Formats: sequence, C-alpha cells, structure tokens
Amino acid sequence: MEIEEFFRMDRWPNSYCPGCGNGIVMNCMHRAMRDMVNLDRLVMVGGIGCSARIDGYVFSDAIHTTHGRAIAFATGIKLGNPELDVIVIGGDGDIGAIGGNHLINAARRNMDLLVICVNNWIYGMTGGQISPASPHECMSTTTPLGNPEYSFEFVKLVAECGANYAARWSITHPFQLVNCLKTAFQKKGFRFVEVLSICPTGFGRNNKINEPAELYKFLKEKTYIMKDENRIAVNLDGKFPLGEFANIDRESYIESLKKIRG
Amino acid sequence: MREFLLGNEACVRAAIAAGCKFYAGYPITPSTEIAEAMARELPKAGGTFIQMEDEIASISACIGASWAGLKAMSATSGPGFSLMQEGIGYAVMTETPLVIVNCMRGGPSTGQPTKPAQGDVMQAKYGSHGDYEIIALSPASVQEMFDLTIEAFNLSEQYRTPVILLADGEIAHMREPVNVREEIKLIQRKLAKPGIVKEVWKAEEDGIVPFPVFGRGHRVYISGTTSDIYGYPSTVKPEVHEAVVRRICDKIRKNASRIWKYEVYNADAKKILFAYGLPARAALAVAKKHGNLGVFRPITLWPFPERPLGEVVKGKEVYVLEMNYGKMVAEVERAAYKAGAKNVEFLPKLGGEIHSVEEVEKFVGVR
Ligand SMILES: Cc1ncc(C[n+]2csc(CCOP(=O)(O)OP(=O)(O)O)c2C)c(N)n1
Ligand code: SF4
Repeated sequence: MEIEEFFRMDRWPNSYCPGCGNGIVMNCMHRAMRDMVNLDRLVMVGGIGCSARIDGYVFSDAIHTTHGRAIAFATGIKLGNPELDVIVIGGDGDIGAIGGNHLINAARRNMDLLVICVNNWIYGMTGGQISPASPHECMSTTTPLGNPEYSFEFVKLVAECGANYAARWSITHPFQLVNCLKTAFQKKGFRFVEVLSICPTGFGRNNKINEPAELYKFLKEKTYIMKDENRIAVNLDGKFPLGEFANIDRESYIESLKKIRG
Repeated sequence: MREFLLGNEACVRAAIAAGCKFYAGYPITPSTEIAEAMARELPKAGGTFIQMEDEIASISACIGASWAGLKAMSATSGPGFSLMQEGIGYAVMTETPLVIVNCMRGGPSTGQPTKPAQGDVMQAKYGSHGDYEIIALSPASVQEMFDLTIEAFNLSEQYRTPVILLADGEIAHMREPVNVREEIKLIQRKLAKPGIVKEVWKAEEDGIVPFPVFGRGHRVYISGTTSDIYGYPSTVKPEVHEAVVRRICDKIRKNASRIWKYEVYNADAKKILFAYGLPARAALAVAKKHGNLGVFRPITLWPFPERPLGEVVKGKEVYVLEMNYGKMVAEVERAAYKAGAKNVEFLPKLGGEIHSVEEVEKFVGVR
C-alpha cells in the first residue's frame, strides 16, 4: 500500500514541530503494516497528547479519546467487534501516567490490543512537564531544579503483568522498529511497543540539547541493543536496553472468553 | 408475563430486551446486582460483559463498544458516577448512544452506601464540563425501572446521546411485580450510508447525524475535541465551536416536548405536590387520601418538563418533596414562579429515610 493510501493526505502537512520523532514513528508504522493491514477493518485509538494524534493521520476509522483512556475505549471497541484490528497510540504521559491503571490491567487481561507508546520522556503537548518516564534529574518545566523522581520501565512493567509481547526500540533504530511492529501486529493478546522518541520542543529545549540532530545522537548514545537481561538504571547517564522483553503466546482475552463460553 | 423482580433485575431484563449487547462496569452498592445479573444474562443473549478496573474505564469501554455498533450500558452509584463524568462529556460531544444507570445513594463522597437518596439529579445534568444537554429519567416503581430502561435505550439511539436512568437505591433494591413485556417497540440508531463518510458531522433535517459504525469502511475520525463537519479538530474558530455546541444542545432542547414524560394527578387541585422517584409514591398516597391535592411527577427529569409543570401550577401552591437538601426545588421554583405560582415550599429528606405519609400531610397542611 502506497503511503498516500495509508495516511489521510487531506490532513497534510501534519501538526508536529520540525524534528519531532512522531514523523519517524508514522513512517515506520506504514512500512510495517502496509502489506498486511486492511484499513477498512483497522481502528486507531488515541488519547490526548502529540503522539496520540497519530491516530487521526492514518486513513482508517479512528477515535481520539480522553487523556489516558485510549486503552479502555479500545477494549470496548475490540470486544464490541473482535474482527477489528485495534491499535492504541499515545505518549508516555497518556499511556503511563494518567492511563497507567488501564495499561497494567489490559496487560494483565492480555486484552487483544496493540499499544504503541511513543516515549519522548516528556509531556510535549502541554509544554515540557515531567512524565513518569522522564529520567532522574532531567530538567522540565515542572522540575526546574531537576527531576527528583525515578522513572517507570514500561516494557518491563507490561511484561511482568503478563502481556504477550513487550518490546522497546527507538526512532534511531527504524529497521528494527519496523520488524518489531510487524511481529506485534500479527500476534494475539496484549502487545506493547515502546518507541523511544524525541521532543526537541519540550525535552530538548529544557535539557540544552537544542538541535533535533543532537537529540538523535543523544538517543543513539543512550541506547544499546539488549543481549541479556542485565539492565542499567535509567537516568541521563544510564543506558536504555532495546529489544524484546516478552514474546509469549499466552491465551488472549478474546480466546479465553470464547473458551469459557463454549 | 408477570414476575416478581428486584429493581436492578428488572433493569437488566429490560436492557437485554432492548438489545443491549455490551456491559462494562465496576461494582458499587446499590447498583451491583445490575452488574451481577448482566454477567449471568448477557452472554446468553450473545452479548459481552466485562468488569473493568474502574468507572472511568467502564464508561470508556461502553463508548468504544457503541462505536463498534453495539447498544452499551453501564450502571453505578454516586462515587462511580463522579468518575464517569469525563466519559459522559465525551459521549455527549461525540454523540455516542449509551445508557448509564445511577442507583442513587447518600452523598457527598462515599456517604451512605446502602441508603437511597436523590442527591445526583443536578450532577446528571451539569456534572461534566462545558455546555451540554442530557436526557435523564426517573422511575418510581420496579415496573418503571423496566419500562424506562427500554425508553432510555430508545432515546439514546434516537438522539445519539447518553441517557441516564436515575433510580434511587430503594427502587433498585425493592421487589415488586413487573409486567415483563415480550412485545416492545425498539428504536435503532440511524446509520451512515455505505462507503467512505466525508462529512461525518453533517446533520440531517431532523438535527440528527447518521452514525458511522467502526469497521464498515466509513474511515471516519471521531474526536472529543471540537471538530468541523469533516471530523477534523478545529479549535480556534468561534463559529465552529458554536455550531457544534448549539447542535448537540438543540437536538434535545428543540425536541423537549417529544421527550417529556410526566404524570399529573388531580390537576385542578389548589395545592400541587411535586415529586419524582420514590417520594412521588408518598405524594400520591397523600393526594388520594385527601381530595383537594394534586401531584405533578416528572418522569423525564432532564430536559426539565417546564411547560407542562407551568400549566399545572399557575396560581397555585407547590409542595416539593426530594430525598436531598434542595436540588430540583430550585428548578421548580424557577419554572413555577415564571408560570405564576403563588408559592413553592420544600420538604427535604436526608439520611436514607423516606418521606412518611404523616410528614407529607403535615407539610401540605392537611393534618
Ligand atoms: C484529564 C486531562 N488532564 C490533563 C490534560 C492536559 N494534557 C494534554 S496532553 C498532556 C500530556 C501529553 O504528554 P504525552 O502523553 O507524553 O504525549 P506527547 O505530547 O509528549 O506526545 C496533558 C497533561 C488533559 N487533556 N486531560
Ligand atoms: S511538542 Fe514535542 S512531541 Fe509535540 S509535536 Fe512538538 S516536538 Fe513533537
């Protein structure tokens, strides 16, 4: 499928800042799904935030919901019509802060959803406040002295909850990200793909990494492809392992529902 | 078929008869039997029940299921109803058919879990932010819990809006004989024509927009953010926001006289009792005992049946009964004085007790 068929071209150009990582995420989504998605059967679900708006650029049915609730809306859509492919997309704030309860419970249920969390370490849309993924001691508009909090490891959290798939890549690893999205799209149950991304406007400016290109370099330096389970604490000096944190085939929610009903 | 049913059971029987195929909820007294009966009955009717992690998730899942084309419902009580306000506003803005049952208990906060109250009537209308109109119905018997659940589904499908059934905890937990009708008239939402839908928010002449069910190739973009008729967010133009808000309010305001349901007993009496839900039964008992009293009982609380009330109370004394410390009485005062009523008196009831016949007699001066 050509890019012009995949996206809502009448909404172009999109609303993102120059250098925003969301463009790469969208590009990778197209590359991953173009050969297997039926846009008539796809429902994109977004909460509120810059990345959550990606739902409205894909030319399928799409619903832009309330902040943090996308997974709950998506659960109703999928149960309402299990024939649909339902993809949730949103930022680290949307999915991990206000939506955290829905995230862990959907993972525990192994609800048949693909969730793409674009983690730019910050609240982009509201102007650069910390999120639960923000690295320790980083600067933000609500942590002007540095972030005293420690961050969530979404992929680990979701994997621990029992999700069928949990993986982390970054926009500086587009080929791996495309393959990961392909795998995730085809599996059943709860599938979670975290994409480390950049927000030059919110994160970059506050942390004196001003150029998008510098941020790409920063992201590349702060990540490594995981070979084993050894993890390094996540802070600005630490590194983020990339790869699959879970890839299992536990019975999905829809499958258990069918089985129990007989 | 006549059956002896709990209010909450009657609600579930009616919902399934009305074609409800999805229920998402979170347990809370005194609404819990609705969730439990739904969990038992819905799968038999080919529907899906899910207990979500909270009420925000519950209403969100219901909205999702409604967009997948199903009739969806949730039930809750005060604290859960507070959590649902975000979703109610979203459903109003996106014109999502949905039924929410609120079995009212004593508040504020966790208040009196097992006691009936009528404290949430204003929250039903004003609980979510921004300008909107809502439809809310109030049953006074288990039979009406059945009948109005069906009515709630019909109204929500017809007007593409969430409809709230405001039962007090007593009606929810009361057992009464119910005529479980087999033959019921059902209204289904008007669907979008096949194919890609470009003007997703273009209303037809009756003010209603045809509904594009997800997964049928309409490729629509739905948002709670103010959108133009193509469904694309448009948040800075006053005329776009004004058009959206006026249309979602007007489809209810302009159809109010079609939506109103109310009961009047002895309209010519000089003294009129105003009551809804359970207190209306005490009002009626007193009026029937003493000849010179009338009763106005709104069944539709929102939109408020202002004109019919005005016609009945003109030049008269109005006596309002509510199981709260003054909610709907303000609306009655406004409408009644505007229509030329002599005076409006109020007898609140707090604490979970119900109005006794003797109290009401004293209140209206017949004892
Ligand atoms: C209930 C509610 N609280 C707060 C907001 C304001 N708000 C909008 S977007 C956002 C955070 C978005 O951050 P994130 O999810 O990380 O996405 P990004 O913009 O970085 O892509 C917040 C707090 C809101 N819309 N709704
Ligand atoms: S604020 Fe950040 S996340 Fe939002 S569009 Fe701009 S760069 Fe992207």
